[in-house]
Order: sequence, then structure tokens, then C-alpha cells
Amino acid sequence: MSLRVAAALVGLALHLVVVPFVFRESRYLLGVLTTASVLSLISLGVWLTFAIGRINIGQAAFALVGGYTTAILSVKLGVSFWLCLPASGLAAALVGAVIGWPILRLKGVYFAMITLTLSEAARLAALNGGTITQGATGILNIPLPGEVTVAGVVLVPAFRALNVHLAFYYLAAILLVLGLFTVTRIASCRLGWIFRSLRQDEALAASIGVNVAKYRVLAFALGCFFAGIAGAFFTVSQQSIYPSSFGVPDSVYFMLYCFLGGLSYVSGPVVGAFVLFLGFELLHGLREYQMLTYAAIMITVMLWLPNGLLSLRLPARPDMKADTA
Amino acid sequence: MIVMEVRDLTKRFGGLVAVDHVTFQANEGEVLSIIGPNGAGKSTLFKLITSFLPRTAGRVIFQGEDITGLSAHLVARKGVVRTFQETTIFKEMSALENVVIAHHLRGRATSVGLFLNTRVARQDEAAFRDSADEILDYLGLSRVKQEEARHLPHGHLRALGIAIAMACDPKMLLLDEPFSGMNPEETDRMVEMVRGIRDRGVTILLVEHDMRAVMRLSDRIIVLNFGRKIADGTPREIQNDEAVIEAYIGREDDELGI
Repeated sequence: MSLRVAAALVGLALHLVVVPFVFRESRYLLGVLTTASVLSLISLGVWLTFAIGRINIGQAAFALVGGYTTAILSVKLGVSFWLCLPASGLAAALVGAVIGWPILRLKGVYFAMITLTLSEAARLAALNGGTITQGATGILNIPLPGEVTVAGVVLVPAFRALNVHLAFYYLAAILLVLGLFTVTRIASCRLGWIFRSLRQDEALAASIGVNVAKYRVLAFALGCFFAGIAGAFFTVSQQSIYPSSFGVPDSVYFMLYCFLGGLSYVSGPVVGAFVLFLGFELLHGLREYQMLTYAAIMITVMLWLPNGLLSLRLPARPDMKADTA
Repeated sequence: MIVMEVRDLTKRFGGLVAVDHVTFQANEGEVLSIIGPNGAGKSTLFKLITSFLPRTAGRVIFQGEDITGLSAHLVARKGVVRTFQETTIFKEMSALENVVIAHHLRGRATSVGLFLNTRVARQDEAAFRDSADEILDYLGLSRVKQEEARHLPHGHLRALGIAIAMACDPKMLLLDEPFSGMNPEETDRMVEMVRGIRDRGVTILLVEHDMRAVMRLSDRIIVLNFGRKIADGTPREIQNDEAVIEAYIGREDDELGI
């Protein structure tokens, strides 16, 4: 068994068994870890666009798409959350594919700028969505996930019958494990190679017969799928969604998690999200100096570890080498 | 037998006509060179044929099939593959990985198949690796196949560029200045390499400044000047062509190697 597999198993055990057992009664810590898990998931989506050489600051837009899909389906049509969740991912991926097709022709700072405006455009669309999105009021009273039964056997009990915080922690943890597994698999199979070839030279990739437009839309839409899933999760865990639930600053954070964790590694966005998000919470005691200290730490990390936190311990075998900027 | 027919191919950039009604044919299995002074439109012509630039007018017929205006990756799929100048390789992959990924067109597995690592995907992978090994060996790169491509010296980079193109199993190979910046020894090796590829039945279209290499290699030569074709013939005919000599005079007298 390789070291990587062993490390992955230890991480998995910590994540799914030890942490929930130790912190099962601590609402605050469990909440922080839940949020960090889902932020990791959404940042993994951003990482996928980094993999094809695009800086994506539009992830919040697709989280909103996912969030509103869940809100509308569950509140107005009474659809079960367990169907809303994949539907939200698919809706975000679909919107991502349609928008991505034209804008992925752009590169570098131009692509980054246009995705940044997407984050804002999505907020404005939700604000002006009339009765569908209910404007600034948002959609409230979104039901908690109900039970899942197959042939009379309860697979997942209704969340309100459980320790809700623990239930959401498990859901987030499982989603993160699935997401991380998916992205790891993509990065290591030839699909990952194709993505890398696009990042390194799109013209050369086209010359060897790679359908450049198709694969970059595929990578982008997959990333949006993650955003949609995460958006659905936050919507149901907070039981509400507003146009301002996900905005430009969130998109910037998702991108930073990837940067600071390390673009070369699949686990980069996860490490980035956990360290930065938990770090921010730990600095809570500093009150008005929290943001200042946080910013200073972030800048220091950027300067000292330009290849991300993971470059400290994992110099050996990067999953994808970074040269996006 | 005519393998490619280019008819009245034209490219205008605003008021500038970079390629002006160029018409020529390439015969199967020959080395056809395109030469001309700087700015004559050689590279533009190259990009038009491979759809790396949209044309203004004209047609490109390959093996009886109109390939004008197809996307670049579809042109490659038809068997018309170009190389780039030296720096265009996947810099952060090893030489071997560069050539393995270049087998993309031969892949039978879908994206989902790749993700699930199906039997077909694994078979493809193994086949690509074997074929890549063979190509690298043929081009004398087997010793450096594990090196990261960006660390390779000049001559090896050129060979790697050709190895990438060879992995696509081209019927026609368009080489973009493969000799530039090479010393005589490297040039000799490259000339042999290109001949070897032609002997495998690949038609070669060559854009090149090194006249010595062009004269040694070419079966036929096309000369461009200001976007127009001014001559078309064997190396000997070109060397004695009045229009060609005139086009080159005022630059370097010995550039034609006469």
C-alpha cells in the first residue's frame, strides 16, 4: 500500500469517524467543519478550471444557480432534497456549458474578468427574477432533507429527526469525499492529461486532434457541477437563499483557496479551504483585527510559498504542475 | 498521384493580402518545400491549410475531400498534421508523456470510459505507450524520454516536435522551419529524419529558410513573394528561375546556395 493511499485512508477515517464522534455535541465546531468541507468541494470545481489554464472567479454564479434550483424545486414544487441535489448540480453544469462555450475562448486576465462579472450578473439576475426568485426577499422556509426509503427500508432518516448539525456534517463530509475522489480520478486518467495539454498549449493540442472547445467546456461544466451541488447544500442547510448568498468575494475566496493550497495538487483546494477557513475562525478572538491579521497571513503565505501550502510537504509528485498565470 | 490540391487560397488582413490566390498540388510521398523571402506569406499559407487561421477565399482539397474551413482538430483527424517551431511542446510533461498524449486521435475510449478506466481505455494506454516508445526510439530520443520536455536541448526539442506529429499517424506532415538555428551536424541528422519519414509514405510540406537543406531534401519547391506564387518546380529549375533570383536579390546573394 503506497504512502498516498495510507494517507488518504487516515484522512478518511478522521473525516468520517473521529471528527464527528469527538465534536458531535459541539454545534459551533461541527458547523465550521461542515462549511469548510463544502467550501473545499466548491473550490475543487475552481481547481478543475485551473487545470485547463483558466482563472475562474465566477464560481459564486453557479452556486447561486444550484441554490435557487434547490430552493425553487423544493419550495414551489415540493421535490425531495435528494432529487434537488443532483438536479442543482446538473442545472449549474448546463448553464456553465452554455456560458462557457463562448467565454472559454478568452484566456488569462480576460477570462478571469468575465467570470468575475458573472458572479455579479448572477446576483442581479436573482435580484430581478420576479416571482421566480422572489427578488431581495429571497426564498425562505426551505424544508430540511426528508427521509429516503427504498422498499420500506429507511436508508437516510429525515434530518429533523436527527442531530441536524451532525447530519449536515456527514452529508458535507461524504460529498467532499466523493468530489475529491472524482477529481483525483480525472487528474490521473488520460482526461487529466488532456486538460493539462490544454493548459500548456491549446494550439499544439488542436494540432494533435484534441477537440479543444469540447474539453475546455467539459472541464468548466464539471467545475460548475460542483458549485451547483455546494450551492444546493448551503441553501438547504441554511434553509434560505438570497441574491447575496454567494457573491464576488466568495468567488475570490474559492480561487484563493486553490492558490494558497497549491494548484499543483488535487488536494490543494481542500487544504487551502480548511486552513484558511478554520484560520479565519480561530482569529475570531481578535475581533476588529481579525480581517487585518488574516490578510497579513494570507499575503505572507503567498510570498513565502508561491506554490501553495502543500509545496511544504509534498515536493515529490505533483498531480498537475502549475503555471496558470 | 495528387494528395492535396490548394486552389486560389487567399488571406487578407485588412488591406494587406498575405496570401494571394495561391494554387498548387502536392503529390503523394514527395517533399514539397515552400520558400520565399521574409514576409512572403509562407507561414500564413501553412496556417490556412491546417485551419489555424480562417481563410478569406479558396479551397483545400485533401485526398479528394474538401477540408477547407474544418476545425483544426478535424483537419488533424483527416491526416494533415503540422509541427510548430521549437518551443511548442507540452513543456511540463516528460518527452514520453508528450508523445503518449499525441496518440489522442487513436483513442477509442470516451471521456466516461477514461474516467472509469475501462478495459478499452487500458488497452489504448498500453498501445500508446508501446507506440510512443517506438517513435522515440526511431527519432533517437529514447535516452531522454523520462526528462521533462522543457529541459531538453534544442536538437532534441525539434525531434520531439516531430515525434508528437508522428504519433498522430499523419498522411501529410507540415513542418514549420525544422532546421532553423541548427548547426550543420544537427541539420544532417534532421535531413535524414525527414527522409525517413517520407520513405514511410508520408507526404511532406516544408516551410524552411535553410536553402541548403531545402535543396537537398525537396522533390519540388514552391516560391512565394508578397503572397503570390512566383515559381513552382524542381530544385534545379528554381535555382535558375529569373523571377526567383530577382525576388532574392538585394538580400543575401548566397541565400539560394548558388
